[in-house]
Amino acid sequence: MTKSKMTSLQRVLTTLGHKEPDRVPLFLLLTMHGAKELGMGIKEYFSKAENVVEGQVRLLNKYGHDCYFGFFYAPTEIQAWGGEVVFYDNGPANSGEPFINNIDQIKTLEPPVIADTPVLQEVLKTIRILHEKAAGEVPVLGVALSPFSVPVMQLGFEAYLDLIYNEPKLFDRLMAANEHFCVEWANAQLAAGAAAICYFDPVSSPTIIPRDLYLKTGFQVARRTIAKIKGPTATHMASGRCLPIIDDLAQTGTGAVGVSADEDLGILKQACRDKLTVIGNLNGLEMIHFSREETDRNVKNAIDAAAAGGGFILADNHGEIPCQVPDEVLLAISDAVRTHGNYPQ
Amino acid sequence: MADSNMADRESTFKNALLSSDTDAAGKALDEYLADKTVLEFVEEVVVKVLDEIGDGWQKGEYALSQVYMSGRICEDLLEKVLPDESGLRKDKPKIALALLNDYHALGKRIVYAVLRAGGYQLIDYGRVESEELVRKVKEDKIEILLISVLMLSSALNIKEIVKSLSHAENKVNIVVGGAPFRLDRKLWQEVRADAVGYTATDALHIVRTLEGDNSND
Repeated sequence: MTKSKMTSLQRVLTTLGHKEPDRVPLFLLLTMHGAKELGMGIKEYFSKAENVVEGQVRLLNKYGHDCYFGFFYAPTEIQAWGGEVVFYDNGPANSGEPFINNIDQIKTLEPPVIADTPVLQEVLKTIRILHEKAAGEVPVLGVALSPFSVPVMQLGFEAYLDLIYNEPKLFDRLMAANEHFCVEWANAQLAAGAAAICYFDPVSSPTIIPRDLYLKTGFQVARRTIAKIKGPTATHMASGRCLPIIDDLAQTGTGAVGVSADEDLGILKQACRDKLTVIGNLNGLEMIHFSREETDRNVKNAIDAAAAGGGFILADNHGEIPCQVPDEVLLAISDAVRTHGNYPQ
Repeated sequence: MADSNMADRESTFKNALLSSDTDAAGKALDEYLADKTVLEFVEEVVVKVLDEIGDGWQKGEYALSQVYMSGRICEDLLEKVLPDESGLRKDKPKIALALLNDYHALGKRIVYAVLRAGGYQLIDYGRVESEELVRKVKEDKIEILLISVLMLSSALNIKEIVKSLSHAENKVNIVVGGAPFRLDRKLWQEVRADAVGYTATDALHIVRTLEGDNSND
């Protein structure tokens, strides 16, 4: 196989193996843009697997990036736990009022059963169909929220921080329930055909908690959880920093890390070299206003900083591109990767 | 108090906040109050230390949980020594704080704690939708409105709020903050806010500046 004939899956696997593929892989982590392609509202779009499949196929055909994204919206898992989801016309669905409004509820909290949860079944169906359509050429990405980060939506951020600091027994009980669900959910997506699981864990970022607290909490949770996930994982900090905990992240068993636009990509790459693949770090919010020239420059800068030697996937910094990002910018990113991202550099 | 002793006390207080040690922070406050007033403590220590912690978060040196716990501890300490009716909190502009659309109230909570610790009374509207917020601000004749958001879609709604409040009886200064504004440094101008705060003490300084501007009107 010559480099020029690589499929997206081969390209991604090569870079994950810290070798140089034919060109830098590009993950456009698009969710809501699929609704726009189909001319649907966001709520309607995510109500059926067939819509999301069609949206993902059209987006891949349009932009030529290197993955299908089986992710619907962050609070799908909250729906599974019985919580409320609020849809917006111009942004991602968000969790509503936290469903744990008294921490004593944690004592009897039981994880949801995936087979009994319609929205999770729609996600699995989406992954199954995308996997079939990919025909072994394009990786399908699944998403599982970290057991350590999902409580921000279960309890609210403030109550969760209070729990971490002041209620160690209830914290452990919540982690046990969340870990059980996270492992089941990640493995169900892998069984449906996901090539890898994006383990969203922004609360573990040093942007949110100090490293010494992370080592006692999110780090332990990630080590236990990732060890039970039967496939590759990429830990995503969803815009949070990660440089001070790179070595710790590598010890959790994850294979890649989604990094912040707040940190220097070149320094991150050096810290991750041969340990973790770097995914990032185009600023998704600034992307809304990128001119074609800025897009080209930002893509080139990222590639110059991080592409050498493989172990790099170009993506946004947050793990989901805002729906306000124009098609022209996405096309310009795709063009720029093909202009500047060919190996050897 | 000798400068070195003062610096030591500041450092002790800051370390107590960063390690969420309420007892040590309380002890540091007691030592201050042996030869300083509460107002001096707020001005010389609380604002300065919270500023340093907020700046440190911006630079990646500290974590949001430390910013949150520091604000909470300062607020709790000052609540004990600074009753609402004290002279420190009189004659201040009418200030309100709101979380727009979203359910993630941490940023708003931190700003609330720091402004309270800085000696301000303010109305907390909690989580509100745009129309309700405009109505409340007009009814309460708010002069400074602080809006916290998590999501970009919520941030973009602020533009309409600014427009609606431009017809209010009194001038309403709108200060915005939250993740979308931190990640896109031009967004606050796009939504036509009067100011943006990237840390909670930014909000405090902005309020003080606006207070000065208003009193000169």
